[in-house]
Amino acid sequence: MDVIYLDNNATSKVAPEVVEAMLPYLSEHYGNPSSMHSFGGDVGKKIKEARQNVADLIGATPEEIVFTSCGTESDGTAVRAAIESNPDRKHIVTSRVEHPAIKNLYETLSKKGCQVTFVPVDNEGRLDLDYLYKSLSDDTAIVSLMWANNETGVIFPVEEISREVKDRGILFHTDAVQVAGKMAMDVSATGIDMLSLSGHKFHAPKGIGVLYIRKGTKFAPYMIGGHQEHGRRGGTENVASIIAIGKAAELAKQHIDDNGYACVGELRDKLESKLLERIPYSIVNGDTKNRLPNTTSIAFEYVEGEAILLMMNEHGICASSGSACTSGSLEPSHVLRAMGVPFTAAHGSIRYSLSRYNTEKEIDFVIERMPPIIERLRELSPFWKQKEKLNS
Amino acid sequence: MWEYTDKVKDHFLHPRNVGIIDDADGVGEVGSLACGDALTFYFKLDENKKIAEATFQTFGCASAIASSSALTEMVKGLTLEEAKKITNEDLADYLGGLPKEKMHCSVMGRDALEKAISCHLGEAEKEVEGEIVCECFGVTDIEIDRVVRENHLRTIEDVTDFVKAGGGCGNCHDRIQEIIDGIRGTVHPGRKKSPALTNLQKIKLIEESIEREINPTLKKDSGKLELVDVDGNRVLVRMGGNCASCIKSPVTLKHYVESKLRELVAPDLTVEEVQ
Repeated sequence: MDVIYLDNNATSKVAPEVVEAMLPYLSEHYGNPSSMHSFGGDVGKKIKEARQNVADLIGATPEEIVFTSCGTESDGTAVRAAIESNPDRKHIVTSRVEHPAIKNLYETLSKKGCQVTFVPVDNEGRLDLDYLYKSLSDDTAIVSLMWANNETGVIFPVEEISREVKDRGILFHTDAVQVAGKMAMDVSATGIDMLSLSGHKFHAPKGIGVLYIRKGTKFAPYMIGGHQEHGRRGGTENVASIIAIGKAAELAKQHIDDNGYACVGELRDKLESKLLERIPYSIVNGDTKNRLPNTTSIAFEYVEGEAILLMMNEHGICASSGSACTSGSLEPSHVLRAMGVPFTAAHGSIRYSLSRYNTEKEIDFVIERMPPIIERLRELSPFWKQKEKLNS
Repeated sequence: MWEYTDKVKDHFLHPRNVGIIDDADGVGEVGSLACGDALTFYFKLDENKKIAEATFQTFGCASAIASSSALTEMVKGLTLEEAKKITNEDLADYLGGLPKEKMHCSVMGRDALEKAISCHLGEAEKEVEGEIVCECFGVTDIEIDRVVRENHLRTIEDVTDFVKAGGGCGNCHDRIQEIIDGIRGTVHPGRKKSPALTNLQKIKLIEESIEREINPTLKKDSGKLELVDVDGNRVLVRMGGNCASCIKSPVTLKHYVESKLRELVAPDLTVEEVQ
């Protein structure tokens, strides 16, 4: 059975060009980039190229790019660095819909004496900017906000917020893991001091991340060791993966410059509008105006997400759910709850996230298969029957 | 992704006996939309007072649907007396087991069956008995007490897996721990030192752990463990079934059986095999 992969916000296919670029560095070119011989030194040159490509993707300079092991490391390093380099400030501002990669760090920091403000969102997932600005004080060490939400794709106005925050002398970090490769970014024109990326979300392999640190930003490394990454992240470079993320960044930039994400957006829009049209009682979660072009989160009322996913799985269709059962927790996603999505809808929410590798044929197949799945599960659901009774 | 047995998948993809019985002799409704799963169970009796027909409607995940479907199959042909004896463990066993985090689906099945039987016997809908412990999922101390006893649960996490209590805000964790401690007669190690077990208690607990925890796992590989003797902290056992001839059985003994018994009974136990 062919797999139709619509779960690209979870992870993405490693681009064949990326695999090709990285493989020699897992075999014949195994030198250490720090070595004095050219066998290692040549590897160093390739890392330099990769750094340039990543910088170009986000509008930074190569010196501002630090390679890490993943998005989580980048996020944690940024927030901890802000606290450590501002010892007299103990306040952090973030949102209620952050990714667990960073959300759970705040619990730890709270126990260590930090005060964390979680800025609420409205029912379309838009940030309460008033609340955000009012919460800032002389004690605020950092504001950290995701650029786009992984579950709904809703984009926060990070460019604008970062400038406001910077004007008040406060550090600004953004988790841009979901944005990279999906829309154009230019950090130089913003007030962003630090930014996190994750390779596997834009067709590089897992195990490689990036932390952008604006020139002149006070910083304290998390991984203390050798001189690598200019002392900002010790440890011998993960050479093959760095070369891979460089290639992936180059491809992503090309794709954005060619307006490729407009095509992805068209496929997403087709999927979304057809599903809403063919399946009654389905609703889109989140602000559809400010949203990543590849993501849609649709709530199918009166059915449960895990059951939907497993039925989709029977047709080889891969997606994710905001339901409780899929995560092993008992409550639906904190993002949907923060948005006030009613339980009837939250439990039955499915996230479809596309990539440039999806085809119209695949989308047509999904449009075809989804309505009977939802209908079948609604037939099983006591609430659907009750609702129909009430309506008749 | 959950590891569901083929039987769970089968009952999920091809649920048996879906629907409503309009003139049912008993109806049991449990769960709610807010909780993420809900089941309505119906049965009809024949002239011999045996369950002739049983149907269900379920909102929930694959294991909730499969547990409901299994329940309707299991009760067919039983008298109400017999049906009453079905435990949540029986339901899970029928399906070849459920992931630990999904055991609450089997409890939901059992609860719906009980409610339907009470409904038939004309027993008034029981008022919420006991005191609500978990406010997020509306679970009482009596429900927690019962599930801890019946399923030999040991941790707050276990209780959450079986009845959801403690799976929300977490404010009730201390109270759940108290209930577990009360039943197990031990005090949580984090708080006070647990009193040493008497020999008799220790042997009983070892027997119970082998029967409830260890043998069901070994059974998956057609293996079996028999308790021969307990000498101080030495637990003497005999391996049966496939284990007797399996070259890996010494590994199983040390890595699984011993660590399980240390976890469940006492940390200073050693397990030895006797021929």
